[in-house]
Amino acid sequence: MEKQARPLISVRGLTKAYGTFRVLHGIDLDIAEGEVVCVIGPSGSGKSTLIRCINHLEAFAEDSRITVDGIRVEPGPDLAKVRAEVGMVFQSFNLFPHMTVLKNVMLAPMRVRKIPAPEAERRARQLLARVGISEQAEKYPGQLSGGQQQRVAIARALAMEPKVLLFDEPTSALDPEMVGEVLDVMRTLAGTGVTMVIVTHEMGFARQVADRVIFMDGGRLVEVGEPSEIFDAPREERTRGFLRAVLNH
Amino acid sequence: MNLINTFLNVQVLADSLPQLMWGLVVTLKIGVTSILFGLVGGLVLAVGRLYAPFFVRILIRGYVDICRSVPLLVLLIVVYYALPFVGIRLSPFVSAVTALSLVSAAYTSEIFRAGIEAIPNGQFEASAALGLSNRHTMVDVILPQAIRIVIPPLTNNCINVMKDTALASVVAMPDLLKQATQAQALSANPTPLIGAALIYIALLWPMTAVVARLEKHLSRGTR
Ligand SMILES: Nc1ncnc2c1ncn2[C@@H]1O[C@H](COP(=O)(O)OP(=O)(O)OP(=O)(O)O)[C@@H](O)[C@H]1O
Ligand SMILES: [Mg+2]
Repeated sequence: MEKQARPLISVRGLTKAYGTFRVLHGIDLDIAEGEVVCVIGPSGSGKSTLIRCINHLEAFAEDSRITVDGIRVEPGPDLAKVRAEVGMVFQSFNLFPHMTVLKNVMLAPMRVRKIPAPEAERRARQLLARVGISEQAEKYPGQLSGGQQQRVAIARALAMEPKVLLFDEPTSALDPEMVGEVLDVMRTLAGTGVTMVIVTHEMGFARQVADRVIFMDGGRLVEVGEPSEIFDAPREERTRGFLRAVLNH
Repeated sequence: MNLINTFLNVQVLADSLPQLMWGLVVTLKIGVTSILFGLVGGLVLAVGRLYAPFFVRILIRGYVDICRSVPLLVLLIVVYYALPFVGIRLSPFVSAVTALSLVSAAYTSEIFRAGIEAIPNGQFEASAALGLSNRHTMVDVILPQAIRIVIPPLTNNCINVMKDTALASVVAMPDLLKQATQAQALSANPTPLIGAALIYIALLWPMTAVVARLEKHLSRGTR
């Protein structure tokens, strides 16, 4: 660590419970601007919950503290501001099925950032070109393949020019032959300095693009390190067990 | 032959037709006004029922349940004959529209609520993640999708409201049914009543067909 700038995302003592069932046990995590962080771990370990707390799609304990670019993540007037700065890509795409691809990408910039329609359209078309689906701009999401839909979802998130992009298993719902095209887009993004937090089961991808890999288990960050540390020389037995299971599978 | 002369007497029908048409206009006015009020009221109630503070939700729920359990005819008579005792004197038209709208709003709100609840949670989450306000989430994302879902039950409700306008004849509203019964009394022949029945059918049958087409049109582009 050369210079210790303020982290873009800061998570302090993050606790989350469903009723009496604790899902996250006091998580501390800092993510720097431009960093690409991959979160891996077994099913039910709290990976989704963790990143969904960052934009408050999940409420969390009040004594927990998350800030994004200095703004505290909590219910209230600042939440929309945080959400505008935090893009999210879902496993199930969640595109708006009644709008064309172009409109999907234009909506939030127009409504939240108040960008005039022509300008929003120009930028949307640029983004669609960037994710390789210019030709589909006038189609409806239902007419696209899963891989294309997920690329639209990425473009939609990028259209807000967020400071950070959260991905929750973006390729898990895809047919195997479409995983590559989505990972390619994400790899390109990672190369352009976008801050990304990616929950993924794609270990090869994580190793390749991540600046840091987080292994979660049982609602805790069990091990955090560079990809080479986590994948080649895991210190924790639980990390070793998990990697053995997924890599031999 | 005798039967036809009794029930579908052409001369009587021709004589009473202008009167029936006036009645139809009144029926349409009551029906369309009540449907519009019902739609707007129902939408407000539905959104309130889902997102308003707790006690407002309870109030709305009570309102809806009461409106759905009171017979429309009873409500209409209360509005027209009972409210004057507390100084609220409504014209037959306003009474009919009030009763019909109150009840229609209750039913419509349940239809809208079901439509909104049928939208996958992922749509709300995607909207929230983009920073859309609640209002924009509703207006741009949720309601356009919910509309497609609610059109069939909404149509049924509209048709019901149109049919129920006939109740307005009991508060001396010169609607289609009232005109028909008067014409029948005048001509001492039931043909005007048959005519009215046929007009109701002619009015409502196409409505269902139009909406079926609309539904098909709206479902374009959805999965
Ligand atoms: N709405 C909910 N109500 C109760 N428990 C929940 C709810 N959502 C998640 N959980 C529980 O919280 C825990 C963490 O869930 P989470 O979805 O964050 O795990 P995950 O690491 O993302 O798993 P996966 O790899 O399967 O997506 C799990 O044990 C899950 O059963
Ligand atoms: Mg998950």
